[in-house]
Amino acid sequence: MATVAGKDKQPDRGRTRPAAAEEEHKELHESDEEMFSQLDSTVFQRFFYYAGPHKRQMAIALLAVIGFTVANLATPLLVKIGIDSAITESRSGLLAVIGIAMIANAALYWITNYLQRVLISAAALEVLYDIRADMFLQLQRLALSFSDKTPIGALMSRMFGDVGALQEMLESSIEVIGDILTLIGIVIIMLILDWQLGLIALAVMPLLLVLRFVWQPIARRAFLVMRRNSSIVGVYLDQNVSGIRVVQAMNRQDENHDVMDSKVRTFFWSSVRAARLGGILMPTVELLTGIALALVIVLGGARVLDGTLEVGVMIAFLLYVQRFFEPIRTLTMHYAVLQRAVASGHRIFELLDIPIEIADKPDARPLGDIKGRVEFRNVTFGYDPERPILRDINLVIEPGQTAAIVGPTGSGKTSLTALAHRFYEVQQGAVLLDGIDVRDVTQESIGHVMGMVLQEPFLFSKSILENVAYNTEGATRQDVIDACKVIGAHDFVEELPEGYDTVLEQRGSNLSVGQRQLLSFARALVANPKILVLDEATANIDSYTEQVVQKALRRLLAGRTALVIAHRLSTIRDADKIVVVEAGKIVEEGTHSQLLDADGLYARLWSTTYSSFDDIASNADTLVANPQTAT
Amino acid sequence: MFLFIPRLLGEGVDQAFTLIQEGEHTRDEINSLLLRTAILVVVFGLARGVFGFIQMFLGDTLSQRVSNRLRMIYFDRLQAQSFTFFDGVHTGQLMSRGLSDIEGVRMFVQTGLVQVFRVAVMVIAAAVFMAIIDWQLALISLGFVPFLAYRSARLRMQLRKTWRQIQDALGDLTTTMQENLAGVRVVRAFSAQRHEEKKFDVTAREVVDLRLTAAQQQARGGGSITFVFLLAWAALLWLGGEKVMSGDMTVGELAQFFAFLAILRFPVRMLIMIVNSTARATSAGGRIFEILDLPSQVVDSDQAKPLEVTSGVVRFEDVTFSYKATPALKNVSFEASPGHSIGIVGPPGSGKSSVANLVPRFYDPDSGRVTIDGTPVSDVTVESARLAVGLVEQDPFLFDGTIRDNIRYGDPEADEDSVIAAARVAQVHDFIASLPDGYDTVIGERGIGLSGGQRQRIAIARTLLRRPKILIFDDSTSSVDAGTDARIRLALDRMDGDHTVITIAHRLSSLQRSDEILVLEHGEVVERGTHDELLASDTRYRSLWELQQKQSLGVDE
Repeated sequence: MATVAGKDKQPDRGRTRPAAAEEEHKELHESDEEMFSQLDSTVFQRFFYYAGPHKRQMAIALLAVIGFTVANLATPLLVKIGIDSAITESRSGLLAVIGIAMIANAALYWITNYLQRVLISAAALEVLYDIRADMFLQLQRLALSFSDKTPIGALMSRMFGDVGALQEMLESSIEVIGDILTLIGIVIIMLILDWQLGLIALAVMPLLLVLRFVWQPIARRAFLVMRRNSSIVGVYLDQNVSGIRVVQAMNRQDENHDVMDSKVRTFFWSSVRAARLGGILMPTVELLTGIALALVIVLGGARVLDGTLEVGVMIAFLLYVQRFFEPIRTLTMHYAVLQRAVASGHRIFELLDIPIEIADKPDARPLGDIKGRVEFRNVTFGYDPERPILRDINLVIEPGQTAAIVGPTGSGKTSLTALAHRFYEVQQGAVLLDGIDVRDVTQESIGHVMGMVLQEPFLFSKSILENVAYNTEGATRQDVIDACKVIGAHDFVEELPEGYDTVLEQRGSNLSVGQRQLLSFARALVANPKILVLDEATANIDSYTEQVVQKALRRLLAGRTALVIAHRLSTIRDADKIVVVEAGKIVEEGTHSQLLDADGLYARLWSTTYSSFDDIASNADTLVANPQTAT
Repeated sequence: MFLFIPRLLGEGVDQAFTLIQEGEHTRDEINSLLLRTAILVVVFGLARGVFGFIQMFLGDTLSQRVSNRLRMIYFDRLQAQSFTFFDGVHTGQLMSRGLSDIEGVRMFVQTGLVQVFRVAVMVIAAAVFMAIIDWQLALISLGFVPFLAYRSARLRMQLRKTWRQIQDALGDLTTTMQENLAGVRVVRAFSAQRHEEKKFDVTAREVVDLRLTAAQQQARGGGSITFVFLLAWAALLWLGGEKVMSGDMTVGELAQFFAFLAILRFPVRMLIMIVNSTARATSAGGRIFEILDLPSQVVDSDQAKPLEVTSGVVRFEDVTFSYKATPALKNVSFEASPGHSIGIVGPPGSGKSSVANLVPRFYDPDSGRVTIDGTPVSDVTVESARLAVGLVEQDPFLFDGTIRDNIRYGDPEADEDSVIAAARVAQVHDFIASLPDGYDTVIGERGIGLSGGQRQRIAIARTLLRRPKILIFDDSTSSVDAGTDARIRLALDRMDGDHTVITIAHRLSSLQRSDEILVLEHGEVVERGTHDELLASDTRYRSLWELQQKQSLGVDE
């Protein structure tokens, strides 16, 4: 979808939205109208695409369904034969035969029913699995600009809520397929028994179809609105669980209760509307059933009188008309499920259809062993092409060198490091690793040569061992322990109840921030990358840990190319090269002493009593003007 | 309502039969008879449809009402849970319960609850009608009911177990997913997509396998029930046929029997669905109630009354505290008041944050007391305690929304002036004002796009806006540079009114001005005194101070 692609390029920083929560789905679909125009056929086509690999299984299942339908339809027929040929004729022997036939029929019913259910379930589950796996894959591939602005709750709602609705539909599809076949079978039998009466009984069908066509678009919209509102509730729940500490510290429970309540209410009313529309077909179908039955009684009865119709045929007709509308009735019930599933399917495919902006080229090759030279050549980049964050950056970091990148917040430091890993795509220019454009190699191979330690050390709720060895193939327990010793994390890990096998709580919340950061250093060390990016990695580290980390850093940086973003000047001083970035441009570059001699921004900051570049853009003047405010 | 139609049909059959056999009636009489039946069929059909609609609509609406109510209770319950609870449970698990499990309960209420009632009514009514015609045949035709009851009960047990496993596996899947999304930068940085896919695959596979088991159980149980039901048809035809042949019964009556059985077909078919949704709902309900029934460890005591803050004196009296089994604080005592600010320093894991968390009663101490103005915080309402205390954390959570809404989080009614005033004290106003959209700038989930220091300062503004009497800074300026940090402190001093301030920091210059500094180690206060006192003797504090001075080489301060 063009609109989605366009949206995707929006910047994640400083982006404004007129109204907050209700708008959350704007990211994924822009206009309802556009979406509705192409809804049905595409969604079903996609389902069939996913069903493709399971054709064989489906074919067998279909055979079972046919057997099942035959067994299903045979029962009234056997009753008819029993009454017409055996009972009214008083033929006991034939009755016994028919009785046995009915038992055999029941057994056939049993077997085919089992087979169709299990086979269709299996196929349906495989389809769902494939869809969910594709969604997961898609989320792994989408550019970070997407993750930056899409709430996790919204994605979770699609992965679980919407896939669940699909599941509901696929499960009921077992019934639906049987029902449709039954319908066809009944029509055939009725037409064979007496085509005229058959046509009369079916006369109401066109009316039903017309009604459905009118009803369908209205109902579908209602179901879609309902699904969306349900997702909004999910997003809010997720936010509140994640931010629970703030909620409680701020006593926001009552306020949040009201917000949640209004969201739940909106959802409720949209679901009531959907239910009303979903149910409205019910009386219509029943009324039409009644009319059809009445027609058979009146016209059929008249013909029995005229002697042009056998009474047994009329009984069979009455039983079949009943049966004929039963599948229609269940189909009506399943229709709500189906509508919900179509709405969900749409939401799922919408996610799957977001174009992957950063994909490997068809002829991309792995980067392989490199020396570790990093070059930015005339790089211009912005999250919003209209508002570039970085402009015409030229920078070379030779293998083994450490470059410190300093500058005020918002000057583009983090964007610069993100580009080195091709998290985002440059607008102009190129990023080169050992002279090779990052766009010419596989993204996976970049991860193998480049390690990153970020300001917020994210750990998984797995054991420490698994966390430190994260995604490093062949890393042994000893490697992990060695790395932790080097980094200085070994001692506190040993003190934990189960040492390296201690399972971390969510985001490692059973460790202090400093400890988490140490583990993320160890993780980078085990991965042993040629190029290392430290993005404010020491900002959260306390003085106690910092002594350890400073030593560890020296070990970590030895023999690697490093891009270090830091705001503590003491961390920066030792770098081989200091790059001062301001408003997206490199304004100064050189060693500490060179920059001091140059007497530019760096020197000016150095000479003030401040230790950090954070916020200099907005505060530099006040800083210089009121140095006495600092202790 | 459903039962009148077979009756009418049976009558129709009988009428037709009598007509043929006797031929006494005139053509007009018969026609009007048939017409009468036909009209009745239409009327009853319509009535049935209307009732069906009402039932379906009510079922739907009721199910939404129930599930939304459950959702609200769940939400409120989560909001009220203590931190001990959240420490031990993953967001993914909570989300899975809040989304999938509540949906399971809803589906049961929608299709199950109403249907169970309906099936019961229909079976009983059919039994009565049948027994009136011929009790022997009624017994035979309904002979399948006990088996049905037994088999569906067994099926329910099996499915309940399977569903529980499915839901647990789904919970794991949600957790995997949630972490993958939350840690997306790490995943990308390590090019670990394939690793993550494998992890996802394992859990997703498990869900598929378990669901297949459920389908098989359902098919087996449902199949045998339907088989026995169809056996009843055979028995009815056979035995009923004998009866008709021996003249004990008319063909019309037998047709009525069949019509009744035909009517029961649908409920029998529904029953298997119902059993499934019941099983799912019971185990989903179980998972939800596990959370709902968990008592919050921090609740208002019976005599709890709102805390009246007079001067805001915080006292720790011999406080000992542990997280689960891990001891965090041992016999800690101190007093903080507006004229006596407290600074706390110590290595990671020494219990600093525990001190901060005990004041607003996020946890309860194992022994000892935490008092505010002489009243133990465990004796006052949780709400009033939190109102009195403003705690700013090191890694603050910012909500999806504008900066203004985030600052106003604790007081959504606050006017623009107070928002700006709070932002000014937190030294973040100039930065916000420099953004193109100012206070309307939307900050994404977890505040991505802002530096750690900016997030910390927005969190400070958020807390200050509420004007709490007691302010606790739990390493909340760690990412803010020392100069800005100092200016925040200066601005705080100039703020209206007296505040009790407890500052936890690893940057000693942040603590320097505190009236008393506590050095914590392994949960114990090992040193205490003013900055100068501590520097005067050979203390850990002094060595740390010297170390920090050396690190910054005279630059930091």
